[in-house]
Parts: sequence; C-alpha cells; structure tokens
Amino acid sequence: MIPFSYARASDVQDAIAKGALGGTKFLGGGTNLVDLMRETIERPTGLVDVTGLSSEITETRDGGVMIGAAARNTAVTEHPLIRSRYPALTRAIVAGASAQIRNMATVGGNLMQRTRCTYFYDGEGSHCNKRAPGDGCDALSGFNRSHAILGASDACIAVHPSDMCVALTALDAMVHIEGSDGSRSLPIKDFHRLPGDRPDIETMLQPGDLITAIELPASSIAANSTYRKVRDRASYAFALVSVAAALEIENGNVRDVRIALGGVAHKPWRAERAEAALRGKPAGEAAFLAAAEAELAAARTFEGNAFKVELARRTIVSVLTELSGGAV
Amino acid sequence: MSISVNGNAVQVPDDPRVSLLDLLRDGLHLHGTKKGCNQGACGACTVLVDGERMLSCLSLAVQFDGRSITTIEGLGEPGALHPLQQAFVEHDGFQCGYCTPGQICSAVAMVEEVRRGVPSHVTSDLNSNVIDFSHDEMRERMSGNLCRCGAYNGIIDAINETLKEAAE
Ligand SMILES: Cc1cc2nc3c(=O)[nH]c(=O)nc-3n(C[C@H](O)[C@H](O)[C@H](O)COP(=O)(O)OP(=O)(O)OC[C@H]3O[C@@H](n4cnc5c(N)ncnc54)[C@H](O)[C@@H]3O)c2cc1C
Ligand code: SF4
Ligand code: FES
Ligand code: FES
Repeated sequence: MIPFSYARASDVQDAIAKGALGGTKFLGGGTNLVDLMRETIERPTGLVDVTGLSSEITETRDGGVMIGAAARNTAVTEHPLIRSRYPALTRAIVAGASAQIRNMATVGGNLMQRTRCTYFYDGEGSHCNKRAPGDGCDALSGFNRSHAILGASDACIAVHPSDMCVALTALDAMVHIEGSDGSRSLPIKDFHRLPGDRPDIETMLQPGDLITAIELPASSIAANSTYRKVRDRASYAFALVSVAAALEIENGNVRDVRIALGGVAHKPWRAERAEAALRGKPAGEAAFLAAAEAELAAARTFEGNAFKVELARRTIVSVLTELSGGAV
Repeated sequence: MSISVNGNAVQVPDDPRVSLLDLLRDGLHLHGTKKGCNQGACGACTVLVDGERMLSCLSLAVQFDGRSITTIEGLGEPGALHPLQQAFVEHDGFQCGYCTPGQICSAVAMVEEVRRGVPSHVTSDLNSNVIDFSHDEMRERMSGNLCRCGAYNGIIDAINETLKEAAE
C-alpha cells in the first residue's frame, strides 16, 4: 500500500468537506477498497471513514424503506421490513460473499465495489483498460468464462459482481447522493455505467460525491419477488448468472413484472425488453421464454462465456415460473 | 485511540496501513489468528468484533478504534477451553489446525446469528425468526471458512455437540 491518511467523518457535511481533497476516498467496511489498495490498484492518499454516518433502516412516510448507506449488509437482510416486503433483497444479499464479509460490508460500499475481473487484479502481468485506460484488455481473447454477454464494449467485458445491486435494480431503488453542489438522487438503473471507451469510470458519481442512503419505493409487486444465483459452487462464489424478479398476475395475465440480471454485464442489468414483452401476456412458460429471448437477442458472446445465454434464458424462465406459483 | 483486544487496551498503530490481522499477529504476537490468503477468500483470519465475526485481513486496524476484538486466545486457553474448542478436540474438527482458530471464532458467532434469526441462503421462510440448526443451514453459514484438510464433518459434529450441550 502507498501511504495515506485516515480520518473519520462525524456527519455528512464533515464527510463532504474531508472527501473534497484530491486523492481522497470514502471507506466503508474496507472489504473491496483495502484489498485493492494492498494490490496498489487503488492508490488513495487519504481515507475518510464513513461507517459512523447513518446506518438506520426506517419506513418512509409513503410506505417505502430508507436504508442509510452505512448499514451493514447483514443488518439489511435481517430487517423485518426488508424480509417481508422486499424478499428479493434479503435473498440477494445472503447469496453474496460470506457471513463475515456481509457483517463488514456497507450498503454504500457494495454499490461502489469495482466492476472487475481476474486480469484487473493482475497488475504486473496483464493488460487491462480498466486499470490503465488504453492498455488493452486481455480478457477479450483470454479467459472470459465469467465475462459479460450484454452491453460490453471492445474496451472491457467485465461484469459487476454485486448480488445486492441486482435486487435493488429490480426493486426500483433510488440512490441518494450528497456532493459539494448539494443533494441529488438517481434511480439505481442509471447509477452504474456501461464500459464504452472509459471502463475506468463505473458510476455517475463525481469525485467527492457521497452516497447517503438507498430508498426502496413502496411497491405491491415487491412482496412477490425473489433472487436466484447460479454459480460454480453452492456457496461463497460470484454469480455466473443471477436473476432478481418480481411478478404480479391478475386473471392469469401478467399485470406487472420487474426483472434484473446479474453476472451478465458491466452493471446490474435491468431487463426492460423482457418486462415489456411480458406485460399483459398470459402468465406461463411460453410467455416467460419469449420474454427471456427478447432480452437476450442482443447478447454478444466470447469463446468462454457463450453458455451464459442459455443459462440466463433458463434461469429467467425458472424464476418467473416460481413466482407465478399456483397461478399458472 | 485504543482497541480492546481480549480485554486489554491496545494502542492503535500510527501507520494506518497496518491491517487488523497484522496488528494481532506482528504487533501483539497473537499468532492464533491465521493469514491464509490475505484477501478475504478463506476465513482463517476470522475474529470477533463486538461479538460479530469479521475478517481481520480485509480491514485496517485503525477502523476498530473504540471497539472490542476477541481472538481465539481470548475465547479460551489450555486448562480453560471454550466448549467449542473442547468439542473440536473430541470430534477431530481439524487435521493440520491452520483453519481452526477461524473456524471456531466463526462458529461461535454463527450460533448467535442463528439465535438472532438472521436468515441465510438456504432459509426457506424469511418471515420466521426461528431457524433450525439443520445440516444445510450449518454448512451454508460456515461456507466462509475453508479447510484444506477437509475436516468439515468433524467441524460440523463439534458444533452440533456444543449445541446439544447448550440445549441440556
Ligand atoms: C472474497 C470475497 C467474495 C465476495 N463475494 C461476493 C459475492 O458473491 N457477491 C457480492 O455481491 N459481493 C461479493 N463480494 C464483494 C463485497 O460485497 C464488497 O466488497 C462489499 O460489498 C464492499 O462494501 P464495503 O463497505 O466493504 O466497501 P469498501 O471496500 O469500504 O469500499 C468500496 C468502494 O465504495 C466506496 N464507498 C464506500 N462507501 C461509500 C459512500 N457512502 N459513498 C460513496 N462511495 C463509497 C469506497 O470509496 C470504495 O471505492 C466479495 C468480496 C470478497 C472479498
Ligand atoms: S474485462 Fe475489463 S477489467 Fe477485465 S481485463 Fe478487460 S478491461 Fe480489464
Ligand atoms: S486470511 Fe483473511 S480471509 Fe483468508
Ligand atoms: S485443519 Fe488443515 S486447513 Fe483445516
């Protein structure tokens, strides 16, 4: 690690003031940032610890839930409001990492963890446009089994590793941000970026911007939601493909639906084409399959990851079938 | 600026680069806590922070200013073993022993998580706070601790034994 200073933020204004210094980064649990600093891939000159800021999980006036960015991942999964009203979120978080890491990781840090691949970590031995823009991407013609099938560019085909963010995307979460020019909010589907020709820029945050909270809107569909993660081993592994979905059926037809995919793109992928293809259709395997096809028609695969298209198709159909329960 | 380690107040290192794991091992010579991977992948460095299991390799010591750390040395010692330490001995919960301190710290906190009703990946009913100590629940909840010797069956037996004793 290169030398850096460490300070704790006492409140949001203090964090913004301290975070405004060039080279400074906010520190959550440290599970991603400390690791990358040890590899000297991240080289902040100062850390501002924001774990003392709001970690509260409270019901909002209109029946949604506000989650302070410093809330630990475990605290979110075990909260009664989340378990009962947004089960996809609990299911997604417990599918990620290990209990130890979930006890450390904050919601803000989970959103901001780097989109990455093994070449990104291999600072000495590999070319990576995300680490060094213009350097090239060894994954394109290398080991790309875990890489993206949607929305990638020739500059970078890495996938966003978060499970939590996939559920938040299906649940229409809002990200609340505080910066030197005041506060703003972004729907989570617009928060992360596709790689384009700047894979080193992963979110819409400007330097010094602080995530203060995540808000889940009140939603009737969210209560019938779930998360399915397909991976190489049963636990403690990143997703090959994951699906977060919510479904509402009325008189046998799909009244409303939300679908988001993980493990397939540089960002949590909201499957809006699949949703559009499904609304109003008779709930059942034919419509679920057509919806999956509509989303995956744009897939572009590489030597190692072509299997992900079929895997995503089947997982989408299976999750929607599960959510349709006895109704179909 | 101080951290409580097994009940003793310890000065926070001047250099913020020191990880909690390196403070424990190199600074305090508490060699029970192990460095397996130093990148969050094995669980050998698991310690208890205010009773919750965390990885000491992925965090900086300075982050724990004001908090209470318990390492394997703080759980029990020869002559006065923690019941789970004793059960590991009796049930062959280890071979080489390298992963063992992490396994034991992890399991102690795991039991508390189950009692608190924290759901896991294999919990079917999210709206129930009562979680069974089933084989699947235990395997899933301990998946953050790898054992290269494959002593998993003994580890699960040892945990089961202490649960049975606690229930009696
Ligand atoms: C071995 C291992 C396995 C893992 N497996 C999974 C998995 O299967 N699924 C999964 O989803 N994740 C997995 N993870 C990733 C883990 O979820 C993330 O590391 C964690 O969520 C990051 O949270 P943190 O609080 O520790 O962030 P930190 O490491 O502290 O910070 C990460 C980034 O967020 C920024 N940041 C933190 N808080 C804020 C804020 N409030 N505002 C703005 N920026 C902020 C930091 O500056 C930094 O850039 C794994 C990690 C490890 C080490
Ligand atoms: S896929 Fe992205 S992160 Fe991986 S080597 Fe290529 S540019 Fe780097
Ligand atoms: S040494 Fe910390 S998880 Fe392996
Ligand atoms: S006993 Fe050898 S690694 Fe577990």
